[in-house]
Amino acid sequence: MMVQPIEDLHADTAAVPALDVSGLSVEFPSRHGTLTAIDNVSMQIAPGEILGVVGESGAGKSITGLAVLGLLESPGRLCGGSIHVGGRRVDTLTEKELTKVRGREMGAIFQDPLTALNPLFTVGKQLVETIRLHTGMAKDEANARALELLQAVGIPAPEERLRQYPHQFSGGMRQRVVIALALAAGPRLIIADEPTTALDVSIQAQITALLRRLCDTTGVGIMLVTHDMGVIAETADRVCVMYSGRVVESGPVADVIHNPQHPYTIGLMRAIPSLHDRVETLAQIDGSMPRLNARPTGCAFHPRCPHAGSKCSAETPPLVPVGTTSAACWLQQGGTQ
Amino acid sequence: MNDLAPALSVNHVTKTFDVSAPWLNRVIERRPKLFVEAVSDISFTVQKGTCFSIVGESGCGKSTVARLITGLYKTTSGDISFGAGTAGAPIRMQMIFQDPHSSLNPRWRVGDIIAEPIREMKLRDSEKETLERVRELLETVGLGADDALKYPHEFSGGQRQRISIARALASEPELLVCDEPTSALDVSVQAQILNLMRRLQDELGLTYLFISHDLSVVRHMSDHIAVMYLGRIVEQAAVEELFTAPKHPYSKLLLATIPDIANPKRRVEAQAGEPPSPLNPPSGCAFHPRCPIAMAECSQILPKLRQLDENGQVACHAVESS
Repeated sequence: MMVQPIEDLHADTAAVPALDVSGLSVEFPSRHGTLTAIDNVSMQIAPGEILGVVGESGAGKSITGLAVLGLLESPGRLCGGSIHVGGRRVDTLTEKELTKVRGREMGAIFQDPLTALNPLFTVGKQLVETIRLHTGMAKDEANARALELLQAVGIPAPEERLRQYPHQFSGGMRQRVVIALALAAGPRLIIADEPTTALDVSIQAQITALLRRLCDTTGVGIMLVTHDMGVIAETADRVCVMYSGRVVESGPVADVIHNPQHPYTIGLMRAIPSLHDRVETLAQIDGSMPRLNARPTGCAFHPRCPHAGSKCSAETPPLVPVGTTSAACWLQQGGTQ
Repeated sequence: MNDLAPALSVNHVTKTFDVSAPWLNRVIERRPKLFVEAVSDISFTVQKGTCFSIVGESGCGKSTVARLITGLYKTTSGDISFGAGTAGAPIRMQMIFQDPHSSLNPRWRVGDIIAEPIREMKLRDSEKETLERVRELLETVGLGADDALKYPHEFSGGQRQRISIARALASEPELLVCDEPTSALDVSVQAQILNLMRRLQDELGLTYLFISHDLSVVRHMSDHIAVMYLGRIVEQAAVEELFTAPKHPYSKLLLATIPDIANPKRRVEAQAGEPPSPLNPPSGCAFHPRCPIAMAECSQILPKLRQLDENGQVACHAVESS
């Protein structure tokens, strides 16, 4: 069940982070002025590590993933910061150069496995084509690797499955094929955007366990983008909590979950109904995430924050280490007044 | 409020859908008609003032049950009966849908959306009283009276779900059928809606039939839970009973695989298997191909839903024999 990393590819860069994003900003020019979707976001992923990126809809978590992949749709554009994948800067590459890096150095897994596969080709053909395109392997060699990949992602009877079309697979099995495709060229980084949202809970558990295992065996770094804190708790090593285009808290998963520092993370954790204790009323965060064109000044969370003071609406707090995590809140940086 | 009178009883209800190919294809390709049994022989009773939940994975038939109860589908066999409401007439019911974007008419003002059931059922004598009632409903669900003049697109997902709830409450129902009411919402907004639904239950004495795939939400909301698998109820129990001591292996699987934030099960390799196609269900107990404790008889004999103790029913041979 082991899939071997392609030899010597990453031998020289073992210590280099799989992903290094620093000060990334993304904006969308529109008729009503320029909207900033991502504002000064930084994150690192070490080889073999899973970084969870969590947030509610509109927080900018998917845009972050797309920006790393170079798949921002026009009119969206990068307007600051840098992205390094495996030590190589990718945000300045031309579209042609990027096509070589995408798939080779970084793979992608999206929410809906049916639209991610071509319905007109067999799964085997799609896998072999991807492998040959990126590694230049001979046909036989690529066939063998395709078989090995399907085995690695836990698809039973892989020889027969290679000859089947995507519609002959169930949702969970299709997502496994997409994961095999993402791994095909032995990438350093995989962006997984809501990989289990379309799946049932019992299948979700299988897929998250698979991602964990692949991370350990192949040393690939994974950015796991999701809205589900439960998936993060069970899968990720570290987590970045995003709110309105900024990272508000980041740190090791257990610390962020059990000892959150930012008022938004605290509210979010309390709002999730518990599986163990029953409470009469859930703690709720009143209001909702601001729209892009109506983002408050200073800390974007201040209109919903129980601790907000005058400083919060005036200045944006930086992300600084607080205890075992990092939080962007004036509360831990000399008060909110 | 809780006088243990049934608000709703469902007796041996079955729903089959005709999923045959078109007539010409069937004739040319010599294929027989094809039926899928979405809901098979289910029975349950919902007591007044309680919340009864149905959980299960996609395709298990839980939404079909909601639609059968509200009369959007006709049953193939079996019967659904409603308890007596406040005025002696059968209990009134309404439904809340999952997607707050597609369940509100985008070309109507919110006030008209909420007033429609009142006008249609002639619940108020004059237009002035109708508008007064709309204002009252908007305030009940935590919106402002001036929101009646806006259109649905001006609201966020959570606010739209509040409008759906206000519309459902407009006809003064006693039973609310909620089909995944918070699945399309973010967690912080989900908490607001769940709190609102709990408050309304206390204030108006509502009975809920709650359909969801999210076990943590179900645990928060319900008094009784039925677990469905491939069209059948496999276990039915009081909420604490089901969460602390699940009996059916499928309930155990569901509880074991749901992500747990408090104690994550990080290094456990998940159980294999996927739900089979409802078109071609396994013989005997539909869960037997995935079941860790399946015996020889499980693949042949369909286990009946059997009363275990006063607050639990289970359909499993292994549980019966122990």
